[in-house]
Amino acid sequence: MATLEFTANIQRHVACPRREVAGNTVRAVLDAAFADNPSARTYVLDDQGALRKHINIFVDGVLIRDRIGLTDPVAPDAAVHVFQALSGG
Amino acid sequence: MKFDIATRKGLFSVSRKARGEWQIETAEFLGDNVSMVLNDRRTGTTFAALDHGHFGVKMHAREAGGSWREIATPAYPPKPEGLEENDMWGRPLPWSTVRVWALEPGGSDEPGTLWCGTIPGALFKTRDNGASWQIVEPLWRHPKRREWMGGGADLPGLHSVAVDPRNSRAVTVAVSTGGLWHTDDGGESWSQRGEGMRAEHVPPELTHAPIAQDVHALARCPASPERMWVQHHNGIFVSSDAGRTFHEITEVQPSAFGFAVVVHPTDPDTAWFVPEIKDEKRIPVDGRLVVTRTRDGGRSFETLTRGLPQQHAYDIVYRHALALSEDGTTLAFGSTTGSIYVSEDQGDSWSCVSHSLPPVYCVRFA
Repeated sequence: MATLEFTANIQRHVACPRREVAGNTVRAVLDAAFADNPSARTYVLDDQGALRKHINIFVDGVLIRDRIGLTDPVAPDAAVHVFQALSGG
Repeated sequence: MKFDIATRKGLFSVSRKARGEWQIETAEFLGDNVSMVLNDRRTGTTFAALDHGHFGVKMHAREAGGSWREIATPAYPPKPEGLEENDMWGRPLPWSTVRVWALEPGGSDEPGTLWCGTIPGALFKTRDNGASWQIVEPLWRHPKRREWMGGGADLPGLHSVAVDPRNSRAVTVAVSTGGLWHTDDGGESWSQRGEGMRAEHVPPELTHAPIAQDVHALARCPASPERMWVQHHNGIFVSSDAGRTFHEITEVQPSAFGFAVVVHPTDPDTAWFVPEIKDEKRIPVDGRLVVTRTRDGGRSFETLTRGLPQQHAYDIVYRHALALSEDGTTLAFGSTTGSIYVSEDQGDSWSCVSHSLPPVYCVRFA
């Protein structure tokens, strides 16, 4: 099981506790997480299911490459972090 | 009497305490970008559109006496595989809600129905008071929709929705830029309206093309729905045939440029505007914040200044930030510099509610 952790900033809007999820791609991990927390989905993904523009996902510290298909592989014991870029005023 | 103010950093509610005395009563969603607010008198529900930036656009609603809860947000349909659609800058057009730019109740005979205009230019409809939204496919799939361009924002945006009070299925919307679009059948079919408008910022062959018009705001007189007023990028236009044809009004001092317009609920000849210097500056003329009012269908305008700052005022009043009460007596507006002004005598005199709110996007009477 991969460990999935969300930025603290998202918690103000929707609860996304740290959790263990199954899945061998970023898409599969997120789908598993959103299956029982559906209101969190649109905070991370846009209407087409792509990663929102200013959200970053790291798998074991490496920024994912496929922001649209979310096909980057996730090892069984990987750490997946969902962060947001800091911008604006 | 009360009104709500949607701002860059929260939603504020203002109440009248006595004549000329208005106070901010509540501050909600503090720190969040609230792009739109609507008080729906048919159901007593208040709606707010939030733009969380990184986390996207979200809609919230509150029933009378209740508390805010997140409701569904308009979402675009799946983009067909392989479809290449670029914006006017050559970048892929996002099929995803970037901003809620219009929110209006449907007709009085259809409580629970609302229309929502978005960036990139699309129209959504809910029939269940915001529990679910459907994109108005015939407009989104209209081949001419792809000719809409950026104006008020980089991407095209649908900012005005005017439902015909005589027939809830007849709806006119305005797009920046894309002109006016009309449906007679509740959104199943659409046609362009708005002959007679004029755009200076396009090549000559497009100057009078209805699709090239940068309408900043569209206002329709409830008691006389054939009358429509348009504050356009190029000036002020008025229609007496429900938007089929428009007449340009050029003799307006200090300027015919602006973003907002409201029309009196029962007198179609009375309308208000907040003028600015066009295009390259976008500040009040001579640093004087004024409201212009016509009472004769645009033949003449008064410049209303009493109570408004007449030196070093650099307020811009966005297209949804000027509001008129349902009885036509009271006006309120908010500006980009966070000032709020109220008039209880149709604009003759104004009192300031605040100088220090965040930039204002929308003002609505409750």
